[in-house]
Amino acid sequence: MSNEATLHSQQEVMHGAHDHHDHEHHHEDSFISKYVFSMDHKMIAKQFLITGIVWAIIGAFFSVLFRLQLGFPDATFPWLESILGHWAKGGRITPEAYYALVTMHGTILVFFVLTAGLSGTFSNLLIPLQVGARDMASPFMNCLSYWFFFLASLVMMASLFVQTGPASGGWTMYPPLSALGDASIGSKIGVDLWLTSMALFVVSQLLGGLNYISTLLNMRTKGMSMTKMPLTIWSFFFTAVLGVLSFPVLLSGFILLLMDRHAGTSFYLSDIFIAGKALANEGGSAILYQHLFWFLGHPEVYIIILPAMGMVSEVLAVSSRKPIFGYLAMIGSLFAICILAFLVWAHHMFVTGLNPFLGAFFVLLTLLIAVPSAIKVFNWLTTIWKGNIRFTPAALFSIGFVSTFISGGLTGIWLGNSSIDIHLHDTYFVIAHFHIVMGVSAFFGMFAGIYHWFPKMYGRFMNNTIGYIHFWVTLIGAYLIFWPMHYEGMAGMPRRYFDYSSWTSFNQFGGLNAFISIVVILVFATQLLFVFNFFYSIFKGRKLTEQNPWNATTLEWTTPIHAGHGNWPGEIPEVHRWAYDYSKDGRDFIPQTEPIGPNESAH
Amino acid sequence: MSGFLAVLVIVLIFIVIFQIAKASEYVSILKGEKKARQQSNRINGFLLIAFLVLGLIGVYYCNDLLKGKILGESASVQGEGVDTLIYVTLAITGIVFVITQILLFWFAFKYQEKEGQKAFYFPHNNKLEVIWTVIPAIALTVLVAFGLKHWFQLTSDAPKDAAVVEVTGKQFNWLIRYPGKDGQLGRRDFKKIDEAASNPLGMDWDDQLSKDDFMATEVHLVVGKPVKFVIGSRDVIHDVGLPQFRMKMDAVPGIPTTLWFTPKYTTKQMKEKTGNPDFTYEISCDQMCGSGHYSMRGVIVVETQEEYDAWVAKQPLQYSLAHPAAAPATPEAPKADSTQKTVAANIK
Repeated sequence: MSNEATLHSQQEVMHGAHDHHDHEHHHEDSFISKYVFSMDHKMIAKQFLITGIVWAIIGAFFSVLFRLQLGFPDATFPWLESILGHWAKGGRITPEAYYALVTMHGTILVFFVLTAGLSGTFSNLLIPLQVGARDMASPFMNCLSYWFFFLASLVMMASLFVQTGPASGGWTMYPPLSALGDASIGSKIGVDLWLTSMALFVVSQLLGGLNYISTLLNMRTKGMSMTKMPLTIWSFFFTAVLGVLSFPVLLSGFILLLMDRHAGTSFYLSDIFIAGKALANEGGSAILYQHLFWFLGHPEVYIIILPAMGMVSEVLAVSSRKPIFGYLAMIGSLFAICILAFLVWAHHMFVTGLNPFLGAFFVLLTLLIAVPSAIKVFNWLTTIWKGNIRFTPAALFSIGFVSTFISGGLTGIWLGNSSIDIHLHDTYFVIAHFHIVMGVSAFFGMFAGIYHWFPKMYGRFMNNTIGYIHFWVTLIGAYLIFWPMHYEGMAGMPRRYFDYSSWTSFNQFGGLNAFISIVVILVFATQLLFVFNFFYSIFKGRKLTEQNPWNATTLEWTTPIHAGHGNWPGEIPEVHRWAYDYSKDGRDFIPQTEPIGPNESAH
Repeated sequence: MSGFLAVLVIVLIFIVIFQIAKASEYVSILKGEKKARQQSNRINGFLLIAFLVLGLIGVYYCNDLLKGKILGESASVQGEGVDTLIYVTLAITGIVFVITQILLFWFAFKYQEKEGQKAFYFPHNNKLEVIWTVIPAIALTVLVAFGLKHWFQLTSDAPKDAAVVEVTGKQFNWLIRYPGKDGQLGRRDFKKIDEAASNPLGMDWDDQLSKDDFMATEVHLVVGKPVKFVIGSRDVIHDVGLPQFRMKMDAVPGIPTTLWFTPKYTTKQMKEKTGNPDFTYEISCDQMCGSGHYSMRGVIVVETQEEYDAWVAKQPLQYSLAHPAAAPATPEAPKADSTQKTVAANIK
């Protein structure tokens, strides 16, 4: 098989050895090649996941810190000064520190956790396992992809410790604020490090994305036609396509920004008087950056949510013991979302002075996305209808995903309509909308994936009771945090404010802000419980005793419990049917590897 | 010390939860996998339906608690359309929200795993799928049509007789300029900005139109009269947010933008309507602009024509402030006016 040949040649190149490995792949790996510079997609997936978890703790902790300020603007917390030093003199965060925390929270969660941590983990883990390949098309590129991400992480981490602080212009990094060191302390070396880190991150994403696409297009096992692939794989495919087409545009925007900062160009700068003098720059457009940024920025939210959708589809089918409803419609809607994702970026820019006529097209195309999204929701509902649902933690998180996706998706219809956006733009309504629909939902999809595939990754189960506590506190907490924010937004309360007390229009929510902050702390503590469960279960969790613990049809469960590099000890199994034959012809499930019987009804 | 105690309590709670979780894992192994699954299924099924019921009650309660603190009546004629669209969208999305959430949690509860229950093999149904493609498409078409109608009204050209006010953002306040008697703003150039010479906007004194322009610390508007804001920025991107008028527009350096609206109520009337003696129309900066972003507050006073005229009469011309020697040329400039001091303070 061609993919075996690829794998072997890769290993030979790396090991410099020419002894032929047998199909069982019991080669001796050193610690470094097995755990550090590993080329096994399963190990790389774990590397992405654990790095993502570390970043998630940091990013979420930042939100706890700035929520303390928002909830209790008059209180002082002396311990803050012990961690943040002069950034929290007297136990109160300074505005500069507040904006740095907000910016890093966004950057970390959007890029490092929900992009690298989510699709990096599950695309790597599941694409070869579910399409029946021994590894990625290029295991070496895959390894590089992780290590570029690691480098990006190092640079971003370093930026937290420089004297002038990390970037603090918001995760969107709009110039001129981000271009001029005189405009903000965070726009000094902080932005350079931010841009460097993000450039490395884009490289990581491209290496990963090209690999995912070529693997799943070229290395599917015998019989695995495109329409027999599980929806997880379809969603990873569209995610990778989105990333490959849009990340380079982001990079170009960043390069122009770097040149404006250091090479004296005027791509984004014009007519600026700052720090007591007029700058020489003329003729640039600050809005150009926003076009380049959101050309990635909007597909980015689908890069985050599509893998979650795919995994939820899979988990809902498995735990309902029913086929996913409308498999082809699910693929079609993923495709439609993928296309539309590229045609809606300017809905982030309705109030920038964008030509209203142009804005009208973006309204139309934006609201059009609601149609494939609605199809997906109704199909998920029909999937659990008349099922026989087992509430594993993964199933609960999938149900939670559908709930939050509905809640957050519907408010997208508000914001996508420019006439409403003109009031709600950059208010707490936007915060509520995108946190529910791509923050909470994507995390729920990720949690569903972790609980569901943990046995495949580590050969053990996670603790169910902690899983249930984790789910219920997170679901209830997420709604308590973000639901009332819609109301704050309707009052016009702007986001990214350090303190609201001097405003007569927005100071009526003091008690509510304190309440939200308390819930944030509780939910954060519960996430730590999850993290503990995760690491504890890796070493001490209940052991897996059977290959296929969830009675699922897909190929990953035909590999041994502790699959070596190469996944299947013998031949790669052949596929004969789609991935969703649950409860068909009176049988609980029929694995994809089972040939179609002579008397079997067609689906 | 109290921080240490708090951490200790949290760690203790963690340990308790962990021990319970570990014990329940052993119990479930003893009971057998199937039995344990049935039990956790029943508990979670119950919790799902409880979450639905309590959640919907919570949504109602939250609305009851907060509805008085939000929107209020739109203070501009144009904002009425925005509000109508919000309510139409709220109705449509609200119905969809309630129905889909009920279906989701009700199905989950009803079709939880039970002894002897078989899942129904139902892979697709074209009719259903067409229905839930077409219905959302129709609903959205309605919203798009309504939305764009309002959008083109909101973004249309201001009426010819509209008053003009220039609002320029800078870190971290708003510079407000009125065109004066001629109704036209004078030319300005960012290279001519000179704060020491009372010229924070870089007004071009060679332009005759500049000579009667005046600057103010607050925006004063006449009730019922359309006003056009000419918006700009001196340094980074800001945003003129007018929550009570339901308006918003970015202030971009180098690219002037505009918005226009017609205020419906004077500040005094709004104080009575809202029952809030501190009510103020505020300009909030809605685009992250640096460490003082949250304090970039502007004030708008809406008043009657007479009050407005009296106010205008008191405003010193910027030209005379910048050219103290030439002051006599402007008869209506009281020299040591309090506004003048605040303008001077403002531009620092």
